[in-house]
Amino acid sequence: MADIVGYGAYVPRYRIKVDEIARIWGRDGKSVSSGLYVFEKSVPAMDEDTATISVESARKAVKQSKINPADIGAIYVGSESHPYAVKPTATIVAEAIEATPVLTAADYEFACKAGTAGMQNCIALVESKMIKYGMAIGTDVAQAAPGDALEYTAAAGGSAFIIGRDGIAEINETVSFTTDTPDFWRREGEPYPGHGERFTGEPAYFKHITNAAKMLMEKIGTKPSDYDFAVFHQPNGKFPLRVAKKLGFERKQIEDGLLCPIIGNTYSGSSLLGLSAVLDVAKPGHRIIVVSYGSGAGSDAFDITVKDKIEEVERIGVKKMIESKEYVDYGTYMKFRGEFK
Amino acid sequence: MGVARYWREIPHRYNLIGKKCGVCGKVYFPPRSICPDCRRKSAGKMEDYKLKGSGTVESFSIIHVPPPEFEGKSPYAVALIKMDEGCYLTGQIVDCDLKDIHIGMRVEACFRRIQEDGKRGAIYYGYKFRKAE
Repeated sequence: MADIVGYGAYVPRYRIKVDEIARIWGRDGKSVSSGLYVFEKSVPAMDEDTATISVESARKAVKQSKINPADIGAIYVGSESHPYAVKPTATIVAEAIEATPVLTAADYEFACKAGTAGMQNCIALVESKMIKYGMAIGTDVAQAAPGDALEYTAAAGGSAFIIGRDGIAEINETVSFTTDTPDFWRREGEPYPGHGERFTGEPAYFKHITNAAKMLMEKIGTKPSDYDFAVFHQPNGKFPLRVAKKLGFERKQIEDGLLCPIIGNTYSGSSLLGLSAVLDVAKPGHRIIVVSYGSGAGSDAFDITVKDKIEEVERIGVKKMIESKEYVDYGTYMKFRGEFK
Repeated sequence: MGVARYWREIPHRYNLIGKKCGVCGKVYFPPRSICPDCRRKSAGKMEDYKLKGSGTVESFSIIHVPPPEFEGKSPYAVALIKMDEGCYLTGQIVDCDLKDIHIGMRVEACFRRIQEDGKRGAIYYGYKFRKAE
């Protein structure tokens, strides 16, 4: 199949600790943190949104790959927090990386898996020779109602992938598992999402990820021990650990891509940021399985083999970027989120 | 700012595209159609030039009482920045403790939301600056 030619990632500089959010709502921060296995989350600055984070990620991907951005024939931005209801984020990204005007572009929405859906489309367009390169981005500045359980994890970040030929990693296969499952939603015009609480677990996240992962491994004849790294969508720190164990993966296989405990759930950015962190440390020949999850619900699974060319590119340094941070208190967090009307 | 003006300025607001005089080599930002030094000799010889995005803070001010379109965002820093190509431009400095900003600080351009025409209007994006790594 097609290759990953380059990747970029961006996580805002600001953080808020779970302890600080819990303090406001009279909860025990340590117990919330251990329940979710999340300790702090990224917070977008007042002037950061899905468009700015996507552009920062996209520029890093272009710089790393050294391709001519004018050769990018498709840009898809997956998010559930596009700044406009009508007016694409993808055109802003295309203009900001100088990929315009000869390309197709669109915004995708499928809860947390819209970025990987865009990646599948780019693979198809490259495979069919309709385009030379495609860019798929997953980004969110996730919304959460003050006081809701989601507030402890809803974070901001994104990652961009350039798909083409002669790249740093080959995508060997991809499959999807999709059903109509109303576990999490946001109605038109509503500022915050709603969710089915415990219903988001077994019939939603676990069912879709396990089925997509099993389908993929059955299709290509692999088993969990064949993989050096595994990345599963990270709505909190516990779910990916539990689904990994359920599927037969060991903790060491998912540790490099597990970012949720230190940045929270970046929604559409989640599994792609995890893949970026893995590509930062991967060596030629390493095999990676990535399974995204989007509420509503579906999972996209990818089998990837790292190629020799990865040694020639400058890695993005996702974890180093995450280490560069500044903590804010709850009041500043609310100001940054624009909650004071 | 109207949407037509914003749209016209997208190349320089998003990608710092200025002009370079084809006669003396001086770089201008925002773009100019004539070099004020070479005057008519530069006519038709002003070429698009993309700034690298790195520069040095020459001066700055902390805004505590902002204009209406930046209400609710104060305090924030606006700096005069000497770009490595020699031209000057103004921009906000972000992702930095205001106490840490100083003359001579190295900065790099980043892509941020600049302002919006209220809740129903267009959102304007462009360059701001952050401390260089």
